[in-house]
Amino acid sequence: MEFKDYYQILGVERDADQDEIKRAYRKLARKFHPDVSKETDAEARFKELGEAYEVLKDPEKRAAYDHLGANWQAGQDFRPPPDWDAGFEFSGGGFTSADSAAYSDFFESLFGRGFSGGGFQRAGAHQYRARGEDHHARILIDLEDALEGRTRPITLQVPEIDDHGRVRTRARTLNVRIPQGVTAGQKIRLAGQGAPGIGDAPAGDLYLEIDFRPHPRYRVDGRDLLADLPIAPWEAALGARVKVGTPGGTVELTVPENSRSGQKLRLKGRGLAGKNPGDLYMVLQIVVPPANTDEMSALYREMAEMSDFDPRAGVRG
Amino acid sequence: MSRKDVFEAELLDDNGAMTLAELARRCATDAEWLLQLVNEGILVPRGRALPEWRFSHTSIWRVRRVQRLQVDLGVNLAGAALALEMLDELESLRRRLASLESGRETGAES
Repeated sequence: MEFKDYYQILGVERDADQDEIKRAYRKLARKFHPDVSKETDAEARFKELGEAYEVLKDPEKRAAYDHLGANWQAGQDFRPPPDWDAGFEFSGGGFTSADSAAYSDFFESLFGRGFSGGGFQRAGAHQYRARGEDHHARILIDLEDALEGRTRPITLQVPEIDDHGRVRTRARTLNVRIPQGVTAGQKIRLAGQGAPGIGDAPAGDLYLEIDFRPHPRYRVDGRDLLADLPIAPWEAALGARVKVGTPGGTVELTVPENSRSGQKLRLKGRGLAGKNPGDLYMVLQIVVPPANTDEMSALYREMAEMSDFDPRAGVRG
Repeated sequence: MSRKDVFEAELLDDNGAMTLAELARRCATDAEWLLQLVNEGILVPRGRALPEWRFSHTSIWRVRRVQRLQVDLGVNLAGAALALEMLDELESLRRRLASLESGRETGAES
């Protein structure tokens, strides 16, 4: 396993006092808290911070950790020396939060055993019944899953306690029918798919927060969808009937005369379904044909000569 | 598990109807602490008096987020209330931004 330099993780010197350690932790914790940060490695960074702080804020654990010596480098292959913790007394307190599942093997090898009888008990062996815990997760789905109410496999990493009391994660795949019309930020519930109950008590539920993968064509705004509709300058100027693919199938749209780029055409009720179904907006994008033939160049020159159109009328300084 | 098993998911909206006790159980906390969240305006139940109070399903996420902010960052309830407001706004802005950014290139090319 790799040696972890808890001082480096918190960005403090080895002789930092407890207040400095607390300040450093608080500052970094705010920055990398998964509720706040959307950086992809925020969760991993936050767990690492929590682990480092768990050790360094506790004078007993910190003393034991310091006893390993200052010569270890982060990432270096590490085995705890035999009886490394002899002479250190751990008064318990143990894991402070449910995140203990996230602590590294390195942490476990140093402090795991000392606390196995402490605050981290599982109730499994006892003779009582209790409803299973609810589980929470966030999942990424495709827009089509929500538009059509598709069934799709969802894989979750489930922490489990093995026979030796160690925490392992296991991949669990469920086929879930996505409720039609669900949108980003909404939550769904799978009854009975949380942690199993103890005794004959019912299992907990599984709560999933929905987010969409970016879609190549549609942008999602609440229940509304937006898509660009490219049109030719003459379609914009003269008006046109154009065929457009939509999630519900191809539709024919009327582009009004003298349309502008950025103008939106609304297709009512063709967004995400629901009690108040969203709309689909086609955003007009005028695409200018290149002057790549003599005829096209001649046409553009003719327009330039006969038109007094000034595209910069509003931006003269 | 058989890959054929299909689990029906229930869409949770703001119309859920959990009692204070149910919400406390779902969040593994006590009703007294939830009362403080109501007093702080973090949770807004429907119904007038406590026995009639009903909480939306989305309350669960607010409570859990407050729990995390308290445990992980040591913020008090007023601070957590402010953080929740700002995080809500931040998330909605992030979504709008992502929505504005996605699809643009493809749309412009076609």
